[in-house]
Amino acid sequence: MSGPSTREEVKQALERLGFAVEEARDVLRVRLEPADLRKAAEELLRLGFDHLASVGGVDWPAEGKIEVVYHAESYEPGKGGFLVELRAKVPRDDPHLPSLIDVWPNALLMEREVWEMLGVTFEGNPDLRRLLLPPDWSGPPPLRKDFRVEEEGIYVEYE
Amino acid sequence: MSTSEVVRSRLLAREGGEEVYELFIGPQHPSSGHMRFIVRLDGDVIVSVDPDIGYVHRTMEKLAEGREAVKAIPLLERMTIIDSHNVTIGLVRAMEKLLDVEPPPRARYLRTLLSEINRIASHLYGIGIAGIMLNHSTMFMWAFGDREVWLQLAEELSGARLTHTYSIPGGVRRDLPQGFADRAEKAVRYMTRRLEEYAKIFLENPQVRSRYEGVGVLKRGEASRLGIVGPNLRASGVKYDARLAEDYAAYSEVSFEVPTLEEGDAYARMRLRIEEIKQSMSIILQVLRKVPEGPIFAEKYLKLLPPKLREQVLSTGRVKLPALFASMKLPAGEAVARAEMGHGEIFYHLISDGSAKPYRLRVVTPSFRNVILFRYLMPGHRFMDFPAIYGSLDYFPPEADR
Repeated sequence: MSGPSTREEVKQALERLGFAVEEARDVLRVRLEPADLRKAAEELLRLGFDHLASVGGVDWPAEGKIEVVYHAESYEPGKGGFLVELRAKVPRDDPHLPSLIDVWPNALLMEREVWEMLGVTFEGNPDLRRLLLPPDWSGPPPLRKDFRVEEEGIYVEYE
Repeated sequence: MSTSEVVRSRLLAREGGEEVYELFIGPQHPSSGHMRFIVRLDGDVIVSVDPDIGYVHRTMEKLAEGREAVKAIPLLERMTIIDSHNVTIGLVRAMEKLLDVEPPPRARYLRTLLSEINRIASHLYGIGIAGIMLNHSTMFMWAFGDREVWLQLAEELSGARLTHTYSIPGGVRRDLPQGFADRAEKAVRYMTRRLEEYAKIFLENPQVRSRYEGVGVLKRGEASRLGIVGPNLRASGVKYDARLAEDYAAYSEVSFEVPTLEEGDAYARMRLRIEEIKQSMSIILQVLRKVPEGPIFAEKYLKLLPPKLREQVLSTGRVKLPALFASMKLPAGEAVARAEMGHGEIFYHLISDGSAKPYRLRVVTPSFRNVILFRYLMPGHRFMDFPAIYGSLDYFPPEADR
C-alpha cells in the first residue's frame, strides 16, 4: 500500500483538509462539524483506516448536545499503533448525522447501537432497529444522563 | 465490483420471494446460546441471516457510570467470564493512563502470564463448542477437560477460577505462588501432547476437514474492511494483533509469533487457534524464566498504605485494598486503550469528569465486532454449513451484548 505510513503523515494529511488535529495518548483527535464528517471519513479510508473500532456517544445535557465519537482503525503496518478519533456534536433535542456505512461498512451495527442507546438518527442507515434492547422498549434512550437507573432493594416491596 | 461494494451488498438482509422459507433459530437452542438467528432459506441454501442479539444485554456501560471506577473491573469481567483477565486488562490500562501510574515490571510480567493462561482456556472453550456443533462430542469433552488444567493454574495465581479481578490500577493483586513454575511447565508439556491428539481425532479427521475446508471463506480485504478481529482476522491473512499495536503488559519483552493463515475458511480459523495456543505456551515459559523480582504494586500507591498494611502486602505478596482506593477519584480527561483477548481486540474509551465514577465508559468487544460475519459469510451456503461456520467464529453472546 502506498500513502503515508506514520502518525505524523496522517496528521498532516488531515490538516491539509483544514481540520485541527489534537495529539492525545494513542489517539489523533479531530473535533469537527457534522457537515465535515464524511469528508474526514473518506480521507481516513484513503489513508488506510478502513474500519471502525467504535462508534460511541456521550451526552452533555448542560450544553444541550450529544457528541458522537468515531474511532477509526488501520491494520496496515505502521498504522496500528494509534487510532483516529472523529467527534461531532449534534443538538440533543433533534440529533441527526449522516450514516457512514458506505465509507465504513462495519458502522452498520454500531450506528444502530448509538441510535437506540442515545437516540441519534443516522440518515442513510437502512437498519435502525432495536439491537440490544427489547423490541417493545419505550422510554428515553438509556445512555442519556436523564435516564436514571432505579436500584431495587433486596426485599420485594408489598406495600 | 470493488471490495466495498461487495461488502455492502452482502451485509443488508434480503427478503427473498415466495419460495423463501423463514427459519427461527434460538434463543433456546443447543447451538444458539442466548441469541436468535432469523435464517431465510431457498431450499436448503441460505439467502440471508439476521443475527438477533441482545438477549443477554446487562447494561454494562450504564452500570459502570453509576459506581466507583475500580468497581467496573469485577463488573465488566463478567462480559467474557471465560477470558476475564484479558477482557478487563484494557480497562485497567485506560484507568492507568488517566491516573498516570505504571505497573512495576514484575506486575507487567504477571499480567502477561495470566493473560496467556486465559487465552489458552478461551481457545479451548471455542474449539470444544465448535466440536459439539459438528456433533463431535469427543472434541468437546477433551477441550473442556483440558481447559481445567489452565483454570486451575489461573486459580492458583489469582484465587479464583474465572472471576480473577487480578489486574488493578498500579499492578496486580497477588504474587506468584511457590512452585508455580513447575506446575505451569507440567501443564505446557501435557498440552503439547494433547494438541497432537487433537490433530489426530479432529483437525486431521477427513470428516471434520470436509465440513470445514473451503467453507465460510473470508477474504483478506473483506476481513479488514469489516473490522474483524482476533483469530478470525488472522486466519484471513491479516497480521494484526493488539498485543503489538498497544504497549501493555510485558509483550514487548518476550518473543512470539503472530500466526496467520491465508485461506480464510472455517478450517483456517480452527487451525489458527491451535497455533495461538502453542505461542501462548511459549510466552508462559519465557515469562516464568524472565519474571523480574520486585514489588507487584506501584510505589505511588504502596506509599499511601498505613505502615502495618504496607508491611503485610510486601511480606505476603497479597495486595489488600484500603477503602480509600475504592473511592479514588479519576483525574478529569479521557483515555483510550486496546487489548487482545482470545476472541480478538477489545476497545475501551474512558471519559472522566474528575469524580470517582466514570462519566462515560465505552466498550466494544471482539464478539460485537465479529457478529457481522453471521450476515456476511452465510449467504450462498447450504444450511448444514451454518453450524460449521458458527463454531469456527468462536462467538460469545454475553461478550457481544455487554
